[in-house]
Order: sequence, then structure tokens, then C-alpha cells
Amino acid sequence: MNEKNVKVLAAEIRLETLKVIHSRGFGHVGGSMDLADLMAVLYGEVMKFDPKNPRWEDRDWLVLSKGHAGPVAYATFGLMGFYPMEEAYTLNQPGTKFPSHTDRKLTPGVDLTTGSLGQGVSTATGAALGNKIDGRDNHVFCVIGDGEADEGQVWEGFHFAYAHKLDNIIYFIDNNGYQLDGPTDDILAHGSLAKKAEAFGLYTQEIDGHDVTAIYNAIQNAYAKKGVPSCIVLDTCKGKGATFAEPKHDHSSQPNEEQWAEAIAAAEKALADVKNA
Amino acid sequence: MNVKLIGEHKKDSRACRDGLALTLNEMMAEDKSICYVDCDLMGCINTKQLMKNYPDRAFEAGIAEANGAGVAAGLAATGKKVFYHSFGTFSSRRCYDQIYMSAAYAGLSVRVLGSDAGVTAAFNGGTHMPLEDAAMYLSIPETTVLDPADYDQLASITRQLVNVEGVSYTRFVRKGIIQVYGEGSEFEIGKGVVLHESDKDVATIITSGIMVDESLKAYEALQAEGINVRVIDMFTWKPLDEELVIKAAKETGAIVTAENHNVTCGLGSVVANCLAKNCPTIQEFVGVQDLFGQVGPQDYLMDVYGLRAANIVEAVKKAVARK
Repeated sequence: MNEKNVKVLAAEIRLETLKVIHSRGFGHVGGSMDLADLMAVLYGEVMKFDPKNPRWEDRDWLVLSKGHAGPVAYATFGLMGFYPMEEAYTLNQPGTKFPSHTDRKLTPGVDLTTGSLGQGVSTATGAALGNKIDGRDNHVFCVIGDGEADEGQVWEGFHFAYAHKLDNIIYFIDNNGYQLDGPTDDILAHGSLAKKAEAFGLYTQEIDGHDVTAIYNAIQNAYAKKGVPSCIVLDTCKGKGATFAEPKHDHSSQPNEEQWAEAIAAAEKALADVKNA
Repeated sequence: MNVKLIGEHKKDSRACRDGLALTLNEMMAEDKSICYVDCDLMGCINTKQLMKNYPDRAFEAGIAEANGAGVAAGLAATGKKVFYHSFGTFSSRRCYDQIYMSAAYAGLSVRVLGSDAGVTAAFNGGTHMPLEDAAMYLSIPETTVLDPADYDQLASITRQLVNVEGVSYTRFVRKGIIQVYGEGSEFEIGKGVVLHESDKDVATIITSGIMVDESLKAYEALQAEGINVRVIDMFTWKPLDEELVIKAAKETGAIVTAENHNVTCGLGSVVANCLAKNCPTIQEFVGVQDLFGQVGPQDYLMDVYGLRAANIVEAVKKAVARK
């Protein structure tokens, strides 16, 4: 893996994610920004995809089960050439192809529709099953929020994937510690998500979700594990890289223009710094 | 359509579920893209043979209907033509949000099968008695909702379902029921079947499912009294054959709907919607009158909930008197 290139891509994704959300003025900043490093590893190094043919049969699939992280996907897909980046600056405008939550009928690059939490786990699992039936050499990457893991359906999906030995799916849990009403420990404490995933029979790793090399290596470890599905718990910082959101781990933010200008300037500086490192 | 009406009120020796299971078995042999997902109820509808014959395409989701519905939608996204089964209560109430968002809203086709329609849940009782299942599917945009009457109608519908785009819901009876149609009868989804009509009809009975036979008995009883009625098997509740409903309303001037479902939001309601928009007509509603299900033999339940030919006869007379 070219670590510098991936770090540059992550910084670009953060900057564009801010711009996408800024185009509407508000949105799910926190839960989008903390996924930039994962998205950079996936689209910069790991995944097979064709921006000119988003439904290419042998592609790797991305399912953002935490569908409210749509903006980080729109930023990534724009940077990868699925559409001109500017198109995504129509987030939630009338008639847009870029809604708050990811929609397979609207946005090139979105493989499955999500929004009602927990459901992407099952549909991603079904897609992995379908790909396995057809003998495709590809993987499904499913991103779950730690708050989302309150939903029983998440665990039903893990159960199914284990029982059907789906080793072509990797579930990532974005373990940022916060959900809408506050810290996950205060709302409905999970204990250890990694231990629970492991108990469901998944090959489970827990890593720093902002360490691109650790993410890449964990995916390679998962690829090597045959006959069982994988889970990678990403310990992340909600709002990472958004100056107004990171300190408070906001679920969704409505910053003023001054705060937006500050955040975008900081993201531009972060990009320049990593390019020059 | 190639419909052979028997209408002798005799019980079919064949279990209705086999009209589905054997047909699916044939279809899966011919079309390798067909998949089947069940929620630990294969044993109830004889579809274990699918898992035996097509182990790579027929799956157990276990007692986890919500996940099973999502898996079905995910399979559809990879190009599979998916059938998904549970009891009608669970293939509606237990997976409604999943079918709504992961399948219907997402533009993915899933053919949902709900067994033990209405009071045919009998000995499983009120907890397992779907009297609102079709209502839930009627309210999702772009769906197809079906309530077949017997073995051959279910088999004919099943063969067509594979080509129905979007989410469809078929509620059916597991066991042997009255045979209405002859072997090999073919039906067209979206088209009602006129079983009796004359130019002297003073009302039309619009019905489906197990109520078709009761409606035929009601027709005979009314005939004996010199009252002519039209009888339509409207096994497709959605999309409704509006043209046929409007024609019957205009020609006979009174409508009686008869359904094995809650009347507040079922076949009677979709017919009433159509009539209110196009040609307001007197209507009476035979069916479960906004009540919960309960345990008991099917005959007892049909008596208790007023799902008998006598109830239809009474409703026809009431409708005609209101003219």
C-alpha cells in the first residue's frame, strides 16, 4: 500500500465531505468525517470498481448500512470519477441525486439503499450470498454504526453470515462512541462490540480506525481467513477533521458560516500538509 | 386466461401448498436465477424439496424474518429472482420495514409468500392469524397483492410471479381446500375472473380466496330465490381490475365484497376506492369486521366471523334493498 497516497486521498475525502454538506448548510458531519480513512483505503487501494460502469458484475460492493454517512460516500465517488464532484454539491436539493441517506436508485456507486438502521447488514449479507452463488471473486464491505448496533437486525445478519460461511463479506463497525442522544455508553451500553461480534462467530479485529495502514492490514488478514465472515471494529473519533464537530462529537451539525469557513480552511491545510509531508 | 370452473364445493385431495411447492420446484429447474428464502417454515409448505434439489439456491434464514427479508432483497440486487416465505403474519408484520425499504423503496423485486391466509390459520390461533397482511402490502407503492382461491389458481399465479417486477405479496392456504377450478386452469395477474353473469343481475359479488366457494354457494341460493347476481373472482387485489369493477357496478347497480381479511382495509376497501372515484355505488362488506383472530377449527371461525354463503346472501339482499 502507498500510505502517503492513501493519506492524501483521506484528506481530500474530508475536504470534499465538508464541501458536500456545506452546500446544504447542515447534515451528518460527525458520522461522515470519521469514515474518511476507511473510504480512502477501500477506494484508494483495496476495491475493484469501474466509475464508468458502477454496476459492473465483478465489482466489490460498498454498503453504508449507516446510511446517514451518505456525504462521505458522495465525496469519495466524486473523487473516483463516478460523476463530476460538483454534482454532489446539490445534497438534499429538490430533485437531487444525493439524498441524506444512500439510495441505489439515485446515486452512481451506491450499491444498496440504506437509512432505516440495521437493514444494510442484511442486504449486504444477501448480496454476498448472491455473489457466492455466482462464484464471483469479489467482496462486500458493509459499514455499521456503533449506535446502529443497537438494532437486533445487525446481529441477525451476523448470525446468517456465520451460518452460511460467507467469507466474502467484511463488516466494519464505526465505533465512534456516540449516537444521536449522546455517548453510546449512556444511551444503551454495548460492552465490547468486538467480543460480541467474535461470539457470533465472526473473525474479529479491533484497530485504530484512523490508521490507514492498520485498516489495510486488517482487510488483508480478513481476506486470508477462509470459511468465516469478518468484522473489523474501527475505533474512531466522531467528526474527525471537522473543527466544529470533532470536539463535541456532534451527530449532526448546523454550524454558522464562520465555522464552515474555518473548517474548510483547516481541511485544506490538512490536505496541503499531508501532500508536503 | 383459460379458466375451467368446477364449483362443485368438493374438497381437493391435493394440499394447496403443493400448488406452490411443486410449481416452484419446476421453475427452479428451468431458471437458475431463481432463489428461495424461508424462515424455518419449509416443513409447513413442503418446500424442503427445494433445499434438497437446489442446495445452492434455496436457503434457511431461520426464525429471523427481518433479516431474511433483507437477505432476499440483497440477493435480488445481484440479479436473483427471489421468493421469500413465512406465515402471513410474519411475512408481513415481522418484516414490514425491511420489505418496504430494502426491497420496495430500493426498487428490488421480492416475491413474498404468506401462508395460512386469514382464518385458515385455525389451530395456530389469533397470534398467527393474518387479517391485516394484505392491507400492509396494499399500502406500499407499486406492489402486487394476490389472494388465490385454490391449488390451480395458486400454481398459475406462481408461474407468473417470476416476471412480476417489484414487491408482490401472495397470501395462500396451506391445506386441502375446496377445489374451485379445474386442473390446468390459467389466470392472468391483474384480471378478474367473471364466474357468473347475466343481463338480469341485480348485484355483483366481488370476492377472492376461500370466499370464492362461499360466493358460488350464495349465487346458487340466490338463484333458487329468483335473484340473479354476478360473481367475480378478484384474486388480484392490487393492481385492481378497475375496468371490470366499474362495468359490474354500472350494469348491476350494487356491489358486495366478500373477503377472508379485515374489511377496514382489504378487498372491500380497494373496490370502494375505485367506485368512489369512478361511479359511486351501493356496497356491502362481508369479511372480518375489525376483529382480532382467535383459535378454533376453520369452519367454526368462518361461522363466528360471518364468512359464510348465508352472510353473502344477506348482504346482497341488503344492498339491493338500498338501491
